[in-house]
Amino acid sequence: MTRFLATSNAVAVPAEAIPVVEIEGFRGEVLSAVAGGARLLLLTGLSRGHEGTRLLAALADDARGEIALGATVVTSAYPALTPECPAAHHFEREILEQWGVHPEGHPWPKPVRYPPGGPPIGAADFFKVSGPEIHEVAVGPVHAGVIEPGHFRFNCHGEQVIHLEIALGYQHRGVERALRGGPRKASIHLAETLAGDTSAGHATAYCQSLEALAGIECSPHALALRAVALELERIANHIGDLGALAGDVGFLPAAAYCGRLRGDALNLTAELVGSRLGRGWMKPGGVAREIDGEALGQLKRRILVAERDMRNAVDLMWKSSSLRARFENTGILTESAAAELGVVGPPARASGIDRDARRDLPGPVYASRRPAIAVGDTGDVFARAFQRWREIEESIAFLAQVLDDPGSGAAMTAMKPLAPNHIVLSLVEGWRGEIVHMAATDGAGRFATYKIVDPSFRNWYALAFAMRGQAIMDFPLCNKSFNLSYCGHDL
Amino acid sequence: MFKTLVARARQGNRTIAYPAQDPDLPALFRGRPMLDPEKCVSGCARCVEICPTDALRVTERGPELDLGRCIFCGACEAACPEGAITFGRDWRLAASTREGLVVSDDRAIAIDALGRELRRLLGRSLRLRQVSAGGCNGCEVEVNALGNVVFDASRFGIEFVASPRHADGILVTGPVSANMKDALRMTYEAVAEPKLVIAAGACTISGGIYREHSETSAGVEGLLPVDLYVPGCPPHPVTILHGLLRLLGRT
Repeated sequence: MTRFLATSNAVAVPAEAIPVVEIEGFRGEVLSAVAGGARLLLLTGLSRGHEGTRLLAALADDARGEIALGATVVTSAYPALTPECPAAHHFEREILEQWGVHPEGHPWPKPVRYPPGGPPIGAADFFKVSGPEIHEVAVGPVHAGVIEPGHFRFNCHGEQVIHLEIALGYQHRGVERALRGGPRKASIHLAETLAGDTSAGHATAYCQSLEALAGIECSPHALALRAVALELERIANHIGDLGALAGDVGFLPAAAYCGRLRGDALNLTAELVGSRLGRGWMKPGGVAREIDGEALGQLKRRILVAERDMRNAVDLMWKSSSLRARFENTGILTESAAAELGVVGPPARASGIDRDARRDLPGPVYASRRPAIAVGDTGDVFARAFQRWREIEESIAFLAQVLDDPGSGAAMTAMKPLAPNHIVLSLVEGWRGEIVHMAATDGAGRFATYKIVDPSFRNWYALAFAMRGQAIMDFPLCNKSFNLSYCGHDL
Repeated sequence: MFKTLVARARQGNRTIAYPAQDPDLPALFRGRPMLDPEKCVSGCARCVEICPTDALRVTERGPELDLGRCIFCGACEAACPEGAITFGRDWRLAASTREGLVVSDDRAIAIDALGRELRRLLGRSLRLRQVSAGGCNGCEVEVNALGNVVFDASRFGIEFVASPRHADGILVTGPVSANMKDALRMTYEAVAEPKLVIAAGACTISGGIYREHSETSAGVEGLLPVDLYVPGCPPHPVTILHGLLRLLGRT
């Protein structure tokens, strides 16, 4: 990462400080950094000028807690990074769709979201496996449950899935386009609904971007409350997922208890801010309100009671041999595949990758204290389920500390105008994994580009990978074990 | 088996008493906004300026709020120097007409129950197909909660089914993304007559914060005939349940 600019999470840098390297050098920097253990956080178009399209790459060096930024300028095409860096595959498809720049040599340069003005949704080829007795199964966009839409195309031999192609874009709402020229009064609400079950995660990432660009710091109390919001969101979603996984194999006691406990966790958030999903909690500059020690003490007592009920419910799961028979050795994502594909969050950790932005690239919220990071190994449905339970345990232990010592200071720090011509990367470890926001301001301090990478953007392909060789009947279970966001991907 | 039974005893009965009793809602719950035209003296329109979905306007008679657009953020309440807008605790927000969602005072919102024949058909067994058309998974989370043991809509015969062919209607969420418009229409057409349409959430009713996005249709209005509008961002499960029960003439 010698030629790229070193920065860190939620630190704004002047756009002109980011080195612009010719494309061969840019590729070399990215590929050698990835070969040396760095990760591709982001690869995106930044702006278009008379000389061509400017691409920005962000690399994470987790061991050093650094982010490196570098840019290049390309015209109508450039040699794709994907053949040598598979983690770039979805970013390069997106560059083709959003900027019309062709990544030459990309093995599957299909549209990602089918925005207006391009080909209609679904009007694209699907990868076809050929051979005797191969058949296709098409599912969606409307699925069987109360869930968002997407299309799954399975190529099967009998019951065995040879290849799964996941085609999304049905939920595209144009959020990145709408954020340009902002911030406006609706911008924070767009952030809260990027993935509606991750309101705290995305709203925190958004607020961090603004605060970094404005050069202000939130009070310790506001940061403590952000940690509370993020961990409650993690607990609610993880316990809900455990219940849904139990339900998918017909183990109804745990499904029922975990469904109720998810609601209990949502209700704790509602007690603090009025909304079960934490809407309105995060504000640029801090949080909606100060919360006194008594209310936080009560929250601690309630979360510890809920933990006992959660433990009781999930213990039933781990002790059920019929449940374990369905979970174990199903949908294995190997550590090397997870690393190559750039998988993040619980699925990466369940495959043995010891990575969590709360520790590696903590940003303001987790700068001074953080939970212990649980890491699994087997990479199957069981590992992803058990990973969620371990993360719940660590989150609750961490919450208990934060609630005992919720910091001091005002809920809000006054916002200032955003620095013109600056760029910031803002990362938050949401419950699904690492959320990345990138904001670039224009000369007037408005958003020239606002880029969002939901963890689902990087993890959907891992689900397709985990399904290879699996029985098609295990798809719902594998899908639930990842539980990815459609809106977060389609934005 | 024995451990499962012990756990069952320990986890207890968690179903809420609603509708026999009022639901237990958090102290800060933002329910039905109450507008007091008497207090809106200056007509300063600060509420109008701050509203992220332009749900408010100030007429000669005082402020007027469109619950179909409102995301219940509470910004108007905080901005009003005269205390003319307050978010109350009333969870009963659903309406059977679009106009019924526009409020300018504190009168109850009207829901007309279905006619006798439809109530006879669906009153004790309503099967719905849910379609998310750009829904962020906020409304979907709360619709899913109707199926858990706490809200347990199935005790009223209300259930979500896997196919539109098994359904008596559809419950739509999301601003209707352009890329879901055809799939939504086809799902609706696949439901046998007579059929209901329920629009849940600000996005579905009006487009919400997405109403000006060219990537969406600004909700279902004009695309499908809506029988029940459930405001909120997202609506509380009890708000959805109340709307459905009123529609079926059950409360």
